[in-house]
Amino acid sequence: MLELRSLTAGYDRRDPVVRDVSLTVAAGESVGLLGPSGCGKSTLARVAALLHQPDRGQVVIDGEPARGWRHRAPRAQRTAFGVVFQQPRLSADPRLTLTQLVAEPLRATGRAVEVPDRIRELARTVGLGEDLLGRRPHEVSDGQLQRACLARALVLRPRWLICDEMTAMLDASTTAALVSAVETYRADSGAGLLAVGHDKVLLERWCDRTVHWDELARS
Amino acid sequence: MADTRSPQAEASQTDPATQVTWRSATGRAAAGTRRSSRSTRAWRVWSSAAIVAAVVLAVLIVPPLVDLDEQAVHLADKLLPPSLSHPFGTDDVGRDLLLRCVYGLRVSLLVGVVAAVVATVIGTAVGALAAASGGWVDRVVMRLVDVFSSVPHLLLGIFIVAMFRPGVWPVVISVALTHWLSTARIVRAEVLSLRSRPYIDAAISGGASRWRVTLRHLLPGVLPQAGLAAVLMVPHAIWHESALSFLGLGLPTHQASLGTLVQGARSSLLAGDWWPTLFPGLFIIVPTLAIAGLAGAWRDRINPRRRSELML
Repeated sequence: MLELRSLTAGYDRRDPVVRDVSLTVAAGESVGLLGPSGCGKSTLARVAALLHQPDRGQVVIDGEPARGWRHRAPRAQRTAFGVVFQQPRLSADPRLTLTQLVAEPLRATGRAVEVPDRIRELARTVGLGEDLLGRRPHEVSDGQLQRACLARALVLRPRWLICDEMTAMLDASTTAALVSAVETYRADSGAGLLAVGHDKVLLERWCDRTVHWDELARS
Repeated sequence: MADTRSPQAEASQTDPATQVTWRSATGRAAAGTRRSSRSTRAWRVWSSAAIVAAVVLAVLIVPPLVDLDEQAVHLADKLLPPSLSHPFGTDDVGRDLLLRCVYGLRVSLLVGVVAAVVATVIGTAVGALAAASGGWVDRVVMRLVDVFSSVPHLLLGIFIVAMFRPGVWPVVISVALTHWLSTARIVRAEVLSLRSRPYIDAAISGGASRWRVTLRHLLPGVLPQAGLAAVLMVPHAIWHESALSFLGLGLPTHQASLGTLVQGARSSLLAGDWWPTLFPGLFIIVPTLAIAGLAGAWRDRINPRRRSELML
């Protein structure tokens, strides 16, 4: 269970973007978080993935409170989350090939031996052709790059997936492919999902339940 | 550029409708000067490249190839004006100036390149450390950088040189220790801007340690900037070496370096002998401007919005 307990967060202590918001995602559950742009849902997603330190409040992962943020979070807690960001261009290091991009978390956690097998398996899961794997981010389209970013998020088999507007930049067929890749992974692993977006139709079809930002902020 | 302009110019004379200007304001302002400035720039790059190539060949090939002693004194030949046997003339103890200039340039280039590399390594390490750590480490380190840069370079350099016996390495240390500050600032700013990119978030989420993020993602991102800073530093370091030697603090006077050559020739200048100062002076100016010209062209390539200027 992933619990966000009365979080207040933002980039200026006097004017937080997220005020006293609580949200719970049960194990294996998928929750869609809807809201207009600029309301703070991405900030909430970053806090949930331990990438942004909240001013107040707590993130509790399977009964254990988060023990730090960003680098200070224990590696086991950090890697429990797979994060996919809105803009694939910005979330891929331009110097790495797609293979290196996907393999990076494995290498960073000292599991380089698993790289070839996992890459082959994940390329199939997210629908990346062999010929694309050797290319660098500027040589592939946004959709292809986002597939690689999803593969990177899945490579450590996280227990939680945080998709922050994962499909906002993409066409309908890529959106469908990515969503089905996420769902395949969740069916296999029983991972929970927090999908943030503003596409009501998509999130309502995709997720077990959707929450509107206004309801969260009011409670 | 000329080809695209002339049909339009003709059309605008014949057809009133095309007299409406469609070029952007910046395009209009630049249209008159662009052609000449582009060819000037190409000329500058190629002449710089030719000079740098010639200089590097000269300092690499001449000393091992010609077995001449640049320190050999021939008092009978002192202060000969430029001639066929001594193209740059001779100095006040009869040493051949061309040979001494080449040897001097060799020493100055060595000092310049080594000092620039050392300064860039120090600056990159400090800048990356400050930016990657953030918080109080960043504040303390950068205030120290401010304090160091508030002391004039030359003064600090003199202080450092004065602690050692005269020689090449004290000069290298002195130039390197006074020139890493600007690189540290550049690298810190670059790392700070890279650090907030989502791919760093993704790396953290993928379990990367602080070290791994810095070495794998941040430093490779600042390498082009740091490399450019290093090349721009070379002429600066050469001037600094010349200045220290000119003040009598750098290399011992018998050892040819561009600074000691100019310094030694000052007395003969008053007697009307111009060549012992002119040629070493040209050897300081021309190669360093050529290196700066090449570095400027490189900077224009990687950052076209900022036109090159010398980093003086």
